[in-house]
Amino acid sequence: MSWFLAAADDELTIYERSKPGRRAFVAPPLDVPERPLDALLPASVRRSEPARLPEVSEPEIVRHYNRLSKRNFDLDTGFYPLGSCTMKHNPKLHERVAALPGHCKLHPLQQPSHAQGALELMWRLQEALAEVAGLPHVSLQPSAGSHGELAGVLLTRALHEDHGEQRTKVLTPENAHGTNPATVTMAGYELVKVAIDAQGNVDLDDLRAKATAEVACLMLTNPSTLGLFEHGIEEIERIVHGVGATLYYDGANLNAIMGISRPGDMGFDIVHFNLHKSFTQPHGGGGPGAGPIAVSERIAPYLPHPQVVRLEPAENGAEPYFDLDFDRPKSIGRLRGFQGNYGVFVRSYAYIRSLGAAGLREASEVAVLNANYLLARLKREGVMEYLPEAYERLCMHEFVLSGAPMKRELEIRTLDLAKRLLDFGVHPPTVYFPLIVDEALLVEPTETETKETLDRFAEIVAEILREARDNPEVARSAPHTTPVRRLDEAAAARHLVLRQPL
Amino acid sequence: MTSYVSATDVDRREMLAAIGVGSIEELFADIPPALRLGRPLALDPGRSEQEVFDELRALAARNVSTEDEISFLGGGMYDHYIPALIDSIISRSEFLTPYTPYQPEISQGGLQAMFEYQTAISELTGLPVSNASVYEGPSAVGAAGYMAKAAGGGRARFVVSRGVHPHSRETLRTLAHAWGMEVAEAPLRDGVTHLPELDADVSAVIVQQPNFLGAVEDVAALAGAARDAGALTICACDPLPLALLKPPGECGVDVAVGEGQTLGNRLDYGGPSFGFFAATEALMRRLPGRIAGETRDVDGKRGFVLTLQTREQHIRREKATSNICTSQALNALAGVIYLSWLGRHGIVELAELMLQRTAYARDRLASIHGVQLLHEQPVVREFAIKLDVSVEHVVARCREQGVNPGYPLRADYPELADGLLVAITERRSRAEIDRLADVLEAAVAKQLEAYEEVKA
Amino acid sequence: MAEASYPDDLLYHPEHDWARVDGDHAVFGITWYAQDALGEVVFFDPPSVGTQLKKDESYTEVESVKAVSDVFAPLSGDIVEVNEALSEKPEMINEDPYGEGWLVRVKLADAAETASLMDSVAYEASLS
Repeated sequence: MSWFLAAADDELTIYERSKPGRRAFVAPPLDVPERPLDALLPASVRRSEPARLPEVSEPEIVRHYNRLSKRNFDLDTGFYPLGSCTMKHNPKLHERVAALPGHCKLHPLQQPSHAQGALELMWRLQEALAEVAGLPHVSLQPSAGSHGELAGVLLTRALHEDHGEQRTKVLTPENAHGTNPATVTMAGYELVKVAIDAQGNVDLDDLRAKATAEVACLMLTNPSTLGLFEHGIEEIERIVHGVGATLYYDGANLNAIMGISRPGDMGFDIVHFNLHKSFTQPHGGGGPGAGPIAVSERIAPYLPHPQVVRLEPAENGAEPYFDLDFDRPKSIGRLRGFQGNYGVFVRSYAYIRSLGAAGLREASEVAVLNANYLLARLKREGVMEYLPEAYERLCMHEFVLSGAPMKRELEIRTLDLAKRLLDFGVHPPTVYFPLIVDEALLVEPTETETKETLDRFAEIVAEILREARDNPEVARSAPHTTPVRRLDEAAAARHLVLRQPL
Repeated sequence: MTSYVSATDVDRREMLAAIGVGSIEELFADIPPALRLGRPLALDPGRSEQEVFDELRALAARNVSTEDEISFLGGGMYDHYIPALIDSIISRSEFLTPYTPYQPEISQGGLQAMFEYQTAISELTGLPVSNASVYEGPSAVGAAGYMAKAAGGGRARFVVSRGVHPHSRETLRTLAHAWGMEVAEAPLRDGVTHLPELDADVSAVIVQQPNFLGAVEDVAALAGAARDAGALTICACDPLPLALLKPPGECGVDVAVGEGQTLGNRLDYGGPSFGFFAATEALMRRLPGRIAGETRDVDGKRGFVLTLQTREQHIRREKATSNICTSQALNALAGVIYLSWLGRHGIVELAELMLQRTAYARDRLASIHGVQLLHEQPVVREFAIKLDVSVEHVVARCREQGVNPGYPLRADYPELADGLLVAITERRSRAEIDRLADVLEAAVAKQLEAYEEVKA
Repeated sequence: MAEASYPDDLLYHPEHDWARVDGDHAVFGITWYAQDALGEVVFFDPPSVGTQLKKDESYTEVESVKAVSDVFAPLSGDIVEVNEALSEKPEMINEDPYGEGWLVRVKLADAAETASLMDSVAYEASLS
């Protein structure tokens, strides 16, 4: 980390930098006749004390947040192989186009006739996503992946209710991302878990046993959270559709198959995309993102409204007209305000236009190449002795290792390895997920990393393991070079301090 | 080389050799031939950066933004002046490109910013606990409903004021249907909420401050009635008016949520922005979303971590307080920078400026022949008028003059089909308000004339 | 508590809960194994006095930073007392799982149920 921060003690909060009388904001002058406050707002509804926001000048604010930023590791700075998150490069063009006033200063309640650029962009994005998914109808409304999941399960509910059926259960595999079961409950269903077999696939026998007429849906991701393509996907489709349930695709791992295989062709009825994963919306430290969904013909009537539609021109030569369609009697309604995260659509659309068909395919091919190469490289470094693959098969864009042998033999856990990686200027892979792998390490390099970066990562892991053989304490007490070292999360949970006392 | 990849032909050969396969194709062996797309995606070929830029600019040119007209549109999102320092800070790679802070040691910047944001929201709302943000306003209302359901011991009904944003009411209905819960609506009378008798089946009462028609509600009275019935009170609030209004926490509100766009975030045609979510201490463990907490490291240094994680989906899974994973960290960061920029006194000055200009605008418009106020409740930054003539025609005429006079209420409030919602921010100078009044007056007069001609 | 221990005056349930029987009352808690698997306990919200517990059913939860564990009733009965001190110091469950870390005290519904529980030797054997 930056040398000029290393000497600093605790970084003060903006409130601790505050001093009465300091200010940044200068209000425009009052240019209308001033009326007494009491005449406009009765005292009974007025605040007696101002909110204790900080009093700071602009230079202080800029310095404060600049200093804070330097206490963050980020993707533009270093390798970030966080499995399941698809930390691929965020193209800088996207910030430029998103900042065009025609896009970013457009009010959401602007009449559609005066927002044709935006509506056309959204329509074209819908079309592109439909093509990638292999499902014809898209809603851009959901704000994040889990929001898309919620939409998908609510659409399933609407479908079954429309057919006069009351189904009560939703299936997810036991290695599902936590948002899947949380979504099931939020959508008013009961969760049933399906086992994973020894090859890392959904256990078809267990699925057959649990796929009853009470089941509304199976939520799946393919490749799975283990980075493995479901061998039995065709049979899964038959089983699930055989009992009249819907098949939902969690798009978190779409980066492995763009232009190569399509969830719609696999038989999925509903697909969500994470635009902040495969489609390069910057992660922002934890949002914003977007979670659009693509659905089959039979699900389309239930899509949230408004839908962005294209109306064919009345006469030859006229321009098509793009509109927000509210006339959808079977729609589940709204899941949020306005039209969705348009700023994210602008960036993702720019990405798709930049890459085109061949570029998207290449992105997935190289994502899978990089993951398999990194795995091979780790093997060559002898890492597998302590961090074996959880499943010995071809991986796709990510792979899972188990730190169980490392824990037994070197007495350092996956957590310690992760913390020691921080000292080498690398973000650790995802740890302890999926839950079904003991001491899991989920590694996703993505396609935008160089071969040299992958080589270096493998070397670093090998070095940490060698170090642990001689002196496990170094990793166990890591990190050593970061602005703060290991933090007491138990104390944070026991003695909750969730805001600055003022 | 496209797609931002660096793998050269030489790289690829070496990598394939190391893996032990002859081609990239072999890496996809697990995908059965029947599931291979087998053709290129039906998308245009990729384009150069400058071509993509030109296309995006051409699309932008077909949008009429707040730079292209004098806009009085409001209804939950507002045209404010966003100070330059926000863009300069949030465009930094270190804030823009990292993921959620799963490794706190190298995420202190983001975690401390969350802590500072939570403090600011707690101050504004008067409630002790805030989370680190949710997606936006209406879904925050839905999330608050989910919280009330979990806390409600089986109570099966929400009572929501018709003054709550139409999108919030709709979102709540969509979710409540899945929960088997009923949503009853409390009507507006004279522009403010008229609560019916509440029985023991009411899980929560949901109100908005100021309400969608801009009116200041008596939140304390509404919360009191809810409490008497054993129901929670959820208040969706507009954060800038909270600089002047009694905060929800002092009115007996249990959960305060709201749309954060007005705090330093772009309009962006409706998103991304952020939703804020604050609650009483009693409800702390039921909060959805990420929460940052203070602690110490092994050397005794202060630091911040995500805490109370056992509420969340990655641990609690089907029993989580919400399914939310990605929140709106970058937008919330813009929010706390904006609140720091305004500062303790600046936010009051800004709100008072809007209050005075809104009062001025309201008086000027109400004095136009053919225009009346829809209600006479106190307002802060937004108010509703009704016209004696077709709102759609008047809006069209105003727009020809480069003024967008506001949001027609017909679509959301059929009973107020002649209504228009007018928002005033610090961007709308007196001169612009005077122009609105002139243009509106002329438009209404023309429209009245047109009716006379038709009658004649 | 740093080292595994399974006092021999207690009875043990396969879901890692113990019971100290005293006439027609009993005290329940979680075993050393359970608290070790959980990690540092950060939160325990006791159930209410008067709650009816059924043998083998979960009656409350214990939370660590990264996990939540169901706690199972080794025997049936009504809660007559809960360990309020754990609200302030939940870490007692780790430090003294059989003493200060007790969870609830119940009036037993059916003393004969004790026959189905294991003694310390059998329980410890079941852990390997």
